[in-house]
Amino acid sequence: RRFPDFSYITQNGRLTDFLDCVIISHFHLDHCGALPYFSEMVGYDGPIYMTHPTKAICPILLEDYRKITVDKKGETNFFTSQMIKDCMKKVVAVHLHQTVQVDEELEIKAYYAGHVLGAAMFQIKVGCESVVYTGDYNMTPDRHLGAAWLDKCRPDLLITESTYATTIRDSKRCRERDFLKKVHETVERGGKVLIPVFALGRAQELCILLETFWERMNLKAPIYFSTGLTEKANHYYKLFITWTNQKIRKTFVQRNMFEFKHIKAFDRAFADNPGPMVVFATPGMLHAGQSLQIFRKWAGNEKNMVIMPGYCVQGTVGHKILSGQRKLEMEGRQILEVKMQVEYMSFSAHADAKGIMQLIRQAEPRNVLLVHGEAKKMEFLKQKIEQEFHVSCFMPANGETTTILTNPCIPVDISLGLLKRETAIGAAPDAKRPRLMHGTLLMKDNSFRLVSPEQALKELGLAEHQLRFTCRVHIQDPRKEHETVLRVYNHLKGVLKDYSVQHLPDGSITVESILIQATAHSEDQGTKVLLVSWTYQDEELGSYLTSLLKKGLPQGTP
Amino acid sequence: MAAHLKKRVYEEFTKVVQQQHEDLSTKKLRLTKPSKSAALHVDLCKATSPADALQYLLQFARKPVEVESVEGVVRILLEHYYKENDASVRLKIASLLGLLSKTAGFSPDCIMDDAINTLQNEKSHQVLAQLLDTLLVIGTKLPDNPSVRMRLVEVACKHLTDSSHGVRNKCLQLIGCLGPVEKGVAKEAESQAAKDVQKIIGDHFNDQDPRVRTAAIKAMLQLHERGLKLQQAIYSQACKLLADDYEQVRSAAVQLIWVLSQLYPESIVPIPSSNEEIRLVDDAFGKICHMVSDGSWVVRVQAAKLLGSMQQVSSHFLEQTLDKKLMSDLRRKRTAHERAKELYSSGEFSSGRKWGDDAPKEEIDTGAVNLIESGACGAFVHGLEDEMYEVRIAAVEALCMLAQSSPSFAEKCLDFLVDMFNDEIEEVRLQSIHTMRKISNNITLREDQLDTVLAVLEDSSRDIREALHELLCCTNVSTKEGIHLALVELLKNLTKYPTDRESIWKCLKFLGSRHPTLVLPLVPELLSTHPFFDTPEPDMDDPAYIAVLVLIFNAAKSCPTMPALFSDHTFRHYAYLRDSLSHLVPPLRLPGRKLVSSAVSPSITPHEDPSQQFLHQSLERVYSFQHLDPRGIQELLEFTIRDLQRLGELQSELAGMADFTATYLQCQLLLIKALQEKLWNVAAPLYLKQNALASAAAKQILEETYKMEFMYSGVESRQVVIIHHMRLQAKALQLIVTARTTRGVEPLFGMCEKFLQEVDSFQRCFISELPHMQGSFVDKLLDLMPRLVTSKPSEVVKILQATLRQSTFLHLPLPEQLHRATANIIEPTGESDNPLRFTSGLVVALDVDATLEHVQDPQGTVKVQVLYPDGQAQLIHPKPADFRNPGPGRHRLITQVYLSHTAWTEPCQIEVRLLLAYNSNRSKASTRVPKSTWSESLEALPPPENGIEGTIPFSKPVKVYIMPKPARR
Repeated sequence: RRFPDFSYITQNGRLTDFLDCVIISHFHLDHCGALPYFSEMVGYDGPIYMTHPTKAICPILLEDYRKITVDKKGETNFFTSQMIKDCMKKVVAVHLHQTVQVDEELEIKAYYAGHVLGAAMFQIKVGCESVVYTGDYNMTPDRHLGAAWLDKCRPDLLITESTYATTIRDSKRCRERDFLKKVHETVERGGKVLIPVFALGRAQELCILLETFWERMNLKAPIYFSTGLTEKANHYYKLFITWTNQKIRKTFVQRNMFEFKHIKAFDRAFADNPGPMVVFATPGMLHAGQSLQIFRKWAGNEKNMVIMPGYCVQGTVGHKILSGQRKLEMEGRQILEVKMQVEYMSFSAHADAKGIMQLIRQAEPRNVLLVHGEAKKMEFLKQKIEQEFHVSCFMPANGETTTILTNPCIPVDISLGLLKRETAIGAAPDAKRPRLMHGTLLMKDNSFRLVSPEQALKELGLAEHQLRFTCRVHIQDPRKEHETVLRVYNHLKGVLKDYSVQHLPDGSITVESILIQATAHSEDQGTKVLLVSWTYQDEELGSYLTSLLKKGLPQGTP
Repeated sequence: MAAHLKKRVYEEFTKVVQQQHEDLSTKKLRLTKPSKSAALHVDLCKATSPADALQYLLQFARKPVEVESVEGVVRILLEHYYKENDASVRLKIASLLGLLSKTAGFSPDCIMDDAINTLQNEKSHQVLAQLLDTLLVIGTKLPDNPSVRMRLVEVACKHLTDSSHGVRNKCLQLIGCLGPVEKGVAKEAESQAAKDVQKIIGDHFNDQDPRVRTAAIKAMLQLHERGLKLQQAIYSQACKLLADDYEQVRSAAVQLIWVLSQLYPESIVPIPSSNEEIRLVDDAFGKICHMVSDGSWVVRVQAAKLLGSMQQVSSHFLEQTLDKKLMSDLRRKRTAHERAKELYSSGEFSSGRKWGDDAPKEEIDTGAVNLIESGACGAFVHGLEDEMYEVRIAAVEALCMLAQSSPSFAEKCLDFLVDMFNDEIEEVRLQSIHTMRKISNNITLREDQLDTVLAVLEDSSRDIREALHELLCCTNVSTKEGIHLALVELLKNLTKYPTDRESIWKCLKFLGSRHPTLVLPLVPELLSTHPFFDTPEPDMDDPAYIAVLVLIFNAAKSCPTMPALFSDHTFRHYAYLRDSLSHLVPPLRLPGRKLVSSAVSPSITPHEDPSQQFLHQSLERVYSFQHLDPRGIQELLEFTIRDLQRLGELQSELAGMADFTATYLQCQLLLIKALQEKLWNVAAPLYLKQNALASAAAKQILEETYKMEFMYSGVESRQVVIIHHMRLQAKALQLIVTARTTRGVEPLFGMCEKFLQEVDSFQRCFISELPHMQGSFVDKLLDLMPRLVTSKPSEVVKILQATLRQSTFLHLPLPEQLHRATANIIEPTGESDNPLRFTSGLVVALDVDATLEHVQDPQGTVKVQVLYPDGQAQLIHPKPADFRNPGPGRHRLITQVYLSHTAWTEPCQIEVRLLLAYNSNRSKASTRVPKSTWSESLEALPPPENGIEGTIPFSKPVKVYIMPKPARR
């Protein structure tokens, strides 16, 4: 199977009906490679969201991908150039931190993610529940891109990649310095340096690195970049300056760093030129194409050097030389002896374990979900996340469904009159604390309103019913009834200083609207029965009062 | 009817008048210049709409109000305030009240009550906030009135419950600025509402509005600044604020925590979720470190900066900041730094060519790994890798400060600093090089580190390279390979950037003298001597060879066995270099030769006391023999001047002082010579010669006095008086000479007038110094002033002549430190025989590189002068950015001068020199003389042209060979 099985999404039925939108985080093919298939062949007509640089670069890569698969490998049943174009027509471009309202409920917002030009993390929000999907991101700035950044958006769920769940990397500077030193030494010796790269992403970082180094050190040896795809993409790098790092953004007024001074386009004939040079050539694993051709030419000279800046799949020439093979068997039974130096240098643009933790710390999510990594490594990270942040962490396998409990807030409209009335009661407003309010919740045609009881009754056309609680409290008191009442009155007056406690002439006590009457017990004159009665609005005070009275009266008081 | 009307009008009129009278009496309005307040009053009454009134107020605010009329204006404003319904007008009035009470010389206590009263009935929050601001101004204007302050604080406390954040903000600000600081006052005021300001402010740490929270923290910091000791209890509150949602709150909270950590470094605080306890400063350090990885870069910068000043922190916490455990697939990995160190200690050079020499080693216990450290772990690792360069610079600075106080930390942070040499932003690189230089006493560079450091020598930025040379000057290198490496790289640098010559030689000089024993085994190789064969003699003019020799000779100074390794030509070269580059080559004790340096050795041995004594003694001698016969005085002066000049040459520390006094004595000598009686009594035909001598002397004295005033740094006002006095004498001399040579009285009138004005202004400026000038020229002159003003020019001249002769010679008190401004043009060298050719009419850029020493404010004063052979002179003002400041008192000018001229037939030399522009106006302003008096007297002085009154050349001119070619058609 070449493309993901989209039938998982809808068992049957159209995708468009099922999905509100599609979001592409960045232009790497493992994140957007199936997009034309999905939209044109499977059939999806809804909106597709991506950032501006992604929208610009993505079709170039897709076209390249198509060319290689169809034209070179001769496969059929693949999307066509036209399909890519049609697909891109459905794309809506978004800016960083721009909130896009997809429909009435759903809104999305892009955050900067580093990784590659235009990579973004997306916050997806419905009401007050939100999910952040990170895509691939990088927390350490490099020579051309900044670091990923999230505000304290406190999403309910953070879905993060975890490629390097169990790795903590060394400082980037050491690696850069090593790289530059090796290149510099070789060039000074008069050797040639071959750097096999993939056309986009790391290639630009290394170009900037070498370009600035050449500038700084006043070096003269030529640097070449194999043409084609890169030229087009480089054009976009020049355009999207706002997406690059601080240095490039600040200096582009004087000079756009992507307008390379020292790096020129490569021509096949240059490979035979004498003298030192540095060549970036595609593809990155030395398995075919220009990089392999140049490699074959230069491999015999020990002054030369090849630097592999990334991972190599097993079976490629790149992997073989990295694992130390010095004699390679090429096609046609030729034996190629590798005398040139072989260097490995990892320039990866994924966040390491520390970076992932840092992002979680920034965003303060309530739940974390790990994707895009190996189960065993994720297990470790999951444990760490739960331990450090005390949030639940999930790592579902393919096809597995995870259910996450959230506490959605439900907005309720409150009538101004009620709000003012309620805030006027009690202590001054203290905004950071939740506060109890009395009112009636009306749920009417999909809207919630909090109104005063009277208004609710009026609106619903109901008559008001009084609800009263009465409670009897027995008190041991041999004195006369009115004396007991007086004692109770004094006691309450002493305790409830903020309330109006009144002794009525008919021998009863009122505390606000609560009525207390005392009668002698019919059987035992020593026991007095206190009748406490309150309406349900005063429930709080009423129950407090009964509990107070149940404790009995203080002894010493008359 | 008409009469009735008239009566009513009259009645009304009188009524109005009466009311005004009442006002006056009850409010005790001091009679003010009525114009201002009255005009305002009329304007405000005229205003029909709030917009109009606002307009009037805005216009009114543009003009300053005199002190006397402030109160009246305030009354009128307040009156309108009560009447006004529009909030925006009231707001403006409130802000005007604040502005007015700022007026210098006005004491605002009289309007305080009214200002407080206005608060009572105000409904608009904005106006309330503005009024509180006004109260704040009033309060700050009355610093020594605690009761007023208490009252204001009380008012502020009352409004703290306001629902608007702006009002609460201002209240807190007011409490912070005016709250009682001393305990006693607080107790005395216990009865009143304001009890404990700290508590009141602390309560607002939890306000709902972030702006108010920030204001509360700021107020707390303000209290601290004003000297109140904050309570330790605030610490836990402040810690909670570190997790605030808003960056300004977090940023302020970091500051507060820092303050508390400095106040209570040794108190013990518990660690939450465990039973352990640590010192507060350590805890705070950990917390601030944590903030270095905050989401907002403003907070990160703040945190990184503050880390540097927490020197009491324990060393293991400090060292944690550089800690970062690496792992790969859960297996421990060594950092590149550790690998480099290991390779070094195992005696192997880094091959760096093995794939997987960074392969992960041992398994890690998953439980033991701490991914997010609450403590200080890796704070600097984060800070130095931050995406914002502001944070990185702050981190480097902090690293520097901490490393300066802790040698072990310095050793540890070295790797990280070296890494920073490769930062993408030049400022950061430069900063880290400087940092490294500052801590270089505490460290010794390993070879691999040195390697990285030296790689930066190829940087195309001159600043970076020079900073690096300075760094190498004071670095300790551990091995002879290190020295060799450094030399090789420096030579490489020299061939790539020949302009760095001077700096590289200087660097090698220090490198050699610091590591004599390491240089010793390298000598044969460096000089390429051979035990059996004679090697060819190297070219003496080769800068690279000179560089090597500088290194070796400086090492040989403290390594007596080294000269034995030299070959013959080396000795010859030594003698040559010792003469030509004496500042780089030290005197050596060479076998079989007499000590070449004996004559010059005093310049090295610092006998400070004797020479200083000598200086003072010789001065004393001059002053004491005042009543010698003129011949004797002249001779004495001449000798002393000669002595002083020689002393200046020998003693570089005293050069400024010696030159300064020598110049002064020279002036005096000139004056005496010019006034010799013999000359003045000669017959008329000989006037001419004598006049020429005197006027030349006067001119020279004037020049010298300007030099004395402006070319020396460290001149105090005591000296300035003497200098001005000397100048006055010179001017008097000039007047006399002119009087004798010119026929007719007309021009003399003007000159006399001018001179008397100058005397007058001198008196005004230096009135405080006059008592010290008994018997001096000016003293006598001032006595005669009434007579002078009324008398004719010829008489004036006569009086002047007499006074000049009779006046005593003033002592020149010497300041502590005196340095003469010097400049040395390094480039162009003036040695080139190849003319600089360019097409006439077009411009050619000439690179000028000069070092300036002891120049104050070089950006404003240093100019470049280009003199063409046709006498045309060009004055060029270098850009302020062309000046760099490599050290205290030193500046470096690197600029480009554009030359252009019409076509010449032959190449010819132009002269480039540096000038020091001066402006007596500016210098006088700096001697704290009220400007107003000076702006009047300025008219008497030559008109300054765009701020420059004159220039003093202070560098040797350099000749540049140029050739403007005619343009080809």
